[in-house]
Amino acid sequence: MKNIIKISTPLDIKKIINLKAGDFVNITGNIYAARDAAHKRFFELIEKGEKLPIDLKGQIIFYAGPTPTKPGHSCGSVGPTTSYRMDPYTPELLERGLKGIIGKGLRSEEVMKSIKKNKAIYFAAIGGAAALIAKSVKKSEVVAYEDLGAEAVFRFYVEDFPAIVIIDCEGNNLYETEPPKYRK
Amino acid sequence: MREIKANQLKNKVKELFLKANFYINPDLMQRLKKALEEENSPIGKHVLRMIIENNKIASKEEMPICQDTGLSVVFVEVGQEVHLVDGDFAEAINQGVKEAYQEGYLRKSVVDDPVFERKNTKTNTPAIIYTDIVPGDKIKLLVMPKGFGSENMSTIAMLKPADGAEGIINFVVETVKKAGPNPCPPTIIGVGIGGTIDKAMVIAKKAIVRKINQPNKNQKYADLEKEILTKINNLGIGPAGLGGNITSLAVHIDYLPTHIAGLPVAVNVCCHAARHAEGII
Repeated sequence: MKNIIKISTPLDIKKIINLKAGDFVNITGNIYAARDAAHKRFFELIEKGEKLPIDLKGQIIFYAGPTPTKPGHSCGSVGPTTSYRMDPYTPELLERGLKGIIGKGLRSEEVMKSIKKNKAIYFAAIGGAAALIAKSVKKSEVVAYEDLGAEAVFRFYVEDFPAIVIIDCEGNNLYETEPPKYRK
Repeated sequence: MREIKANQLKNKVKELFLKANFYINPDLMQRLKKALEEENSPIGKHVLRMIIENNKIASKEEMPICQDTGLSVVFVEVGQEVHLVDGDFAEAINQGVKEAYQEGYLRKSVVDDPVFERKNTKTNTPAIIYTDIVPGDKIKLLVMPKGFGSENMSTIAMLKPADGAEGIINFVVETVKKAGPNPCPPTIIGVGIGGTIDKAMVIAKKAIVRKINQPNKNQKYADLEKEILTKINNLGIGPAGLGGNITSLAVHIDYLPTHIAGLPVAVNVCCHAARHAEGII
């Protein structure tokens, strides 16, 4: 079992330069959950030249929409949704300072290039481990688009959120390097 | 004639959707533990341990196994001697779904208009309902909250009869290869062969929730299941797509008679949770 590297948000280049594809990390600090509908609204604002509801600089976006919070819990079940649906929006957000993404699954060529160019990082959380991941979310609040329900933008305060580095800031991609080792 | 009240149907649907979202099926949990022993990749093992731990937390705390609590699919077998009273059949099922998703703190993931408005119905209804009329005086329910990470990776092909078993193997394996990490591997692959283009997918969906790795009763199809599973696991995709020798936990094939000119093949991909629950009224 590999060592788990602890990192905190917000991110900057110093914190992520040494993270390599395949590293296990535990993330602590604020992260933002946003998925399909919230990204669509971000882009409507960008097209109009208006300000986004959150400042993306150094932040992590987690592609997720939680289940409603049960009484006595700090968050409902929350795991990653599949990332490729956000591909059309991602390069622009990285240009605007977004530093990290947590999702699951393959990214487009444009997104991979943009991650490398902007020295950002793509993490995967384990799809379908939503009850386990929820344990790391200590506080959850809606910060934009409440009308979207589960698709609103949430701010999560997380402690030791478990993730794996998929694409590091040099562009190494675990989805490309690891499976061939087990191919027969 | 046996009278069944719509309210009984509603309550059963509600109970089953709560159960399916909180409790992993024991046969699947066993299969995951076996996969942990069989997996060679250290990262793959790490992922499987997290999945097993997740399922334990979900059942212990009655939390959804996954945040995508799915589109609500309901297979109903209605005995022909059943007379449903005091309500409407589809309405009772949808009301059961609505109450389960509202009272169980499950995510509502249904939008009314798929193209333009995409407005959340806030109840997770309407459910997708398949009804068969069968002999007897009971109602048998099978509910499946179907997540869309895996549904989006599902495919269908109208192969030529000459493509045969080899064509089927290639198509299913290619579907899983293209899906890569997206559908939350290790997956369960439902394959429907024959019938019409629509019916092939319905039986593929139902095949997902067969008791895990229970082979098809027809030996030739059982052999086909085995061969496809081996070829899938040779792809190296592994748990969460992070490399490994366990990409799928099972391949379940179902088949139907079909037309002289056709060979429909439907592949319904399902994540490692394959949530479902069954009940009889």
